[in-house]
Amino acid sequence: MQVVEPWVVLTFAATIFLIGLGGLMLRRNILVILMCIELMLNSVNLSFVTFSRMHGDMAGQVSVFFIIVVAAAESAVGLGLLIAMFRTLRSVDTDDIRLLRE
Amino acid sequence: MLGLILLFPLIGFLINGLWYAVLQAPQGRKKAGSLATGLVASSAIFLSFAVGVVAFVQLAGMPEGARVIENNLFSWIKVGGLSLDFVLRVDPLSSLFVLVIAGIGTLIHVYSIGYMSHDETPGRFFAYLNLFCFSMLVLVLGGALPLLFLGWEGVGLCSYLLIGYWYQDIEKAKAGKKAFIANRVGDLGFLLGMFLIYTTFGTMDFSALREVVVQRFGGMAPAGAELAAVTGICLLLFVGCTGKSAQIPLYVWLPDAMAGPTPVSALIHAATMVTSGIYLVARLDFLYALSPTALEVMAWVGGLTAFVAATIAVVQTDIKRVLAYSTVSQLGYMFLACGVGATGAGVFHVITHAFFKALLFLGAGSVIHGMHEEQDILKMGGLKKHMPRTFLVVTVAWLAICGLPPFSGFFSKDEILWMAFASNQGNRVLWALGLLTAMMTAFYMTRMWIHTFMGSERFDHHKVHPHESPIVMVAPLYVLAVLSAAGGFMGVPHASWLAHWLEPIVPHVVPAEGVNHSMEWVLMAVSVAVALLGMFAAHRLFRDLRRPEALKARWAFIHKVLWNKWFVDELYEGALIRPIGRVSQALWRGFDVAVIDRIVLGFGRASEWSGQTLRLAQTGSLQAYAVFLLLGLVLTLGYMIYGLV
Repeated sequence: MQVVEPWVVLTFAATIFLIGLGGLMLRRNILVILMCIELMLNSVNLSFVTFSRMHGDMAGQVSVFFIIVVAAAESAVGLGLLIAMFRTLRSVDTDDIRLLRE
Repeated sequence: MLGLILLFPLIGFLINGLWYAVLQAPQGRKKAGSLATGLVASSAIFLSFAVGVVAFVQLAGMPEGARVIENNLFSWIKVGGLSLDFVLRVDPLSSLFVLVIAGIGTLIHVYSIGYMSHDETPGRFFAYLNLFCFSMLVLVLGGALPLLFLGWEGVGLCSYLLIGYWYQDIEKAKAGKKAFIANRVGDLGFLLGMFLIYTTFGTMDFSALREVVVQRFGGMAPAGAELAAVTGICLLLFVGCTGKSAQIPLYVWLPDAMAGPTPVSALIHAATMVTSGIYLVARLDFLYALSPTALEVMAWVGGLTAFVAATIAVVQTDIKRVLAYSTVSQLGYMFLACGVGATGAGVFHVITHAFFKALLFLGAGSVIHGMHEEQDILKMGGLKKHMPRTFLVVTVAWLAICGLPPFSGFFSKDEILWMAFASNQGNRVLWALGLLTAMMTAFYMTRMWIHTFMGSERFDHHKVHPHESPIVMVAPLYVLAVLSAAGGFMGVPHASWLAHWLEPIVPHVVPAEGVNHSMEWVLMAVSVAVALLGMFAAHRLFRDLRRPEALKARWAFIHKVLWNKWFVDELYEGALIRPIGRVSQALWRGFDVAVIDRIVLGFGRASEWSGQTLRLAQTGSLQAYAVFLLLGLVLTLGYMIYGLV
């Protein structure tokens, strides 16, 4: 059976992480930003699983479950906030939302 | 049981004080009259007197040498190695003081019912008066120095409150302030003395202290560092006494204290509070006996105060001021007695002086009351006819203070003069000073008596209608008159009940060797002769009012000095008060405003500026925060991997 080399998977995960990070910093749409965060979390999951397999240690797999649960909660709250924000401000663009400044 | 002595005046204070402060003052209601409030206060102090008598009888029933009742009420202070209980103790000395304070206090409370009948806030007055009695009783009942100090400060506070009782008059408020500040100066000495006792002997309880002192010195005179410590303690505590008991150099507050209502002058500034210095010295007699230097200082200060105050009293025309300087002078006598080692004689004079001086003050109050608040004796005269009862009792007090036998003042004053002459620490100069003072005392008291009651009526008949005071004021005067007349018999020379009673606290003094015992009778005759001389001179001089005027014109300079009280107030003003004021001003402007304020304001400005600057970093842009986050992450990772770059 063809086994995928770990470094391939790790490189793949790092790439996805950087894509997410770039999106997080560059995009202005909050919906997209949330998706980018999701992307980053999942790339981390991928790395965890890979390391877990490399070292034969189940702790990595357990972490993944935690992250999935937290990510689910986070996206639920994030989307809720997003809807509330859109209802009050009629916008989901971060350039329009600088309430913390003053 | 001893707690009860304190409890009654405290309850009286609370009843009157709360009644006034909670129910009357805020709502501007009609104030309770002097009868209701006065009855509460008088019965409170009378009950206290009754318990005091019971305690006295119990003491008398105990075997000699073991006469002490001690009540440990509660544990008061517990800090580190210091553990202090609230111990009340009655022994022969404090039992006498309790009787004098509560007894004369009762009479004066009753008298005040009449005297304060026209006052607007008698509730406040009686509350203060009860609080004073409470503090004074704490002072004499306290079994340890800090407890005595508690009472000492308490009476100071009450004295301040009562001197400034009519505080709407700015002069009276100032007099209260002056008394308080002069007393604070003395209290500093007291505190330092107390600390020194604790560091030297390790205890502040009187009976324990006595044991330690006896054990350490055992009748031997201390030497070297220990002598220095004992002398220091005695002198520092004596500084406290000069404040409270109005001696040179801190006596200046007492004459001004006459701004208070007259019963206050009688109770606080003649009979009780001002004698607390003598009480302290008598209480620590075992310590003072070890320090000849302190005794000598005390004798000289007392003798000089007696003399100087008497000279001032000779020319004053305010009836209460004459009595005030007379009080300072008599207190000087008491310290003279303590200073020559005859503390028992000092305590004796405290008691007789309390009788006749309270009587004089109350009599003066009765005169002032009858004369519609006139205090100048030059505007009185001929009151014998209008106020026969007051005249009678004041005459008794006058004879007592002049020192004529068999009135009380004769016995105590004579014992002091004899001791000043004959005891080991005494000498001829001190005796002569005392004798001279005795003559002047007779002189100025006769002057006051003649000006007030004899001669022509110099007041305005249309405005002033002198009348005898009501019975509630006169009755206490009669009691005091009996005491002034007969009180001296408790200390008849060679058969003195008082000296015997006080023996466990203040040992009996024997005359120095080489002094002939028959001298005692000669000196007695001399002092009576001198008193008669003073009275006669005053009688000759003031029979015709033109003669003192002529004398005044001839000795204008001396009169001016005496009239202005030796310019002591002006001296203090120029030498102390103004320089201190100027230094304080300089420190305020130059240091407080210029340095401290600037530092504090600088901190404020610095935080304001840094806040303004740093808030620029807060853009509010989500992405910017994300970049900072990343930056922080990268820096942290870089630090973890490569260490500090």
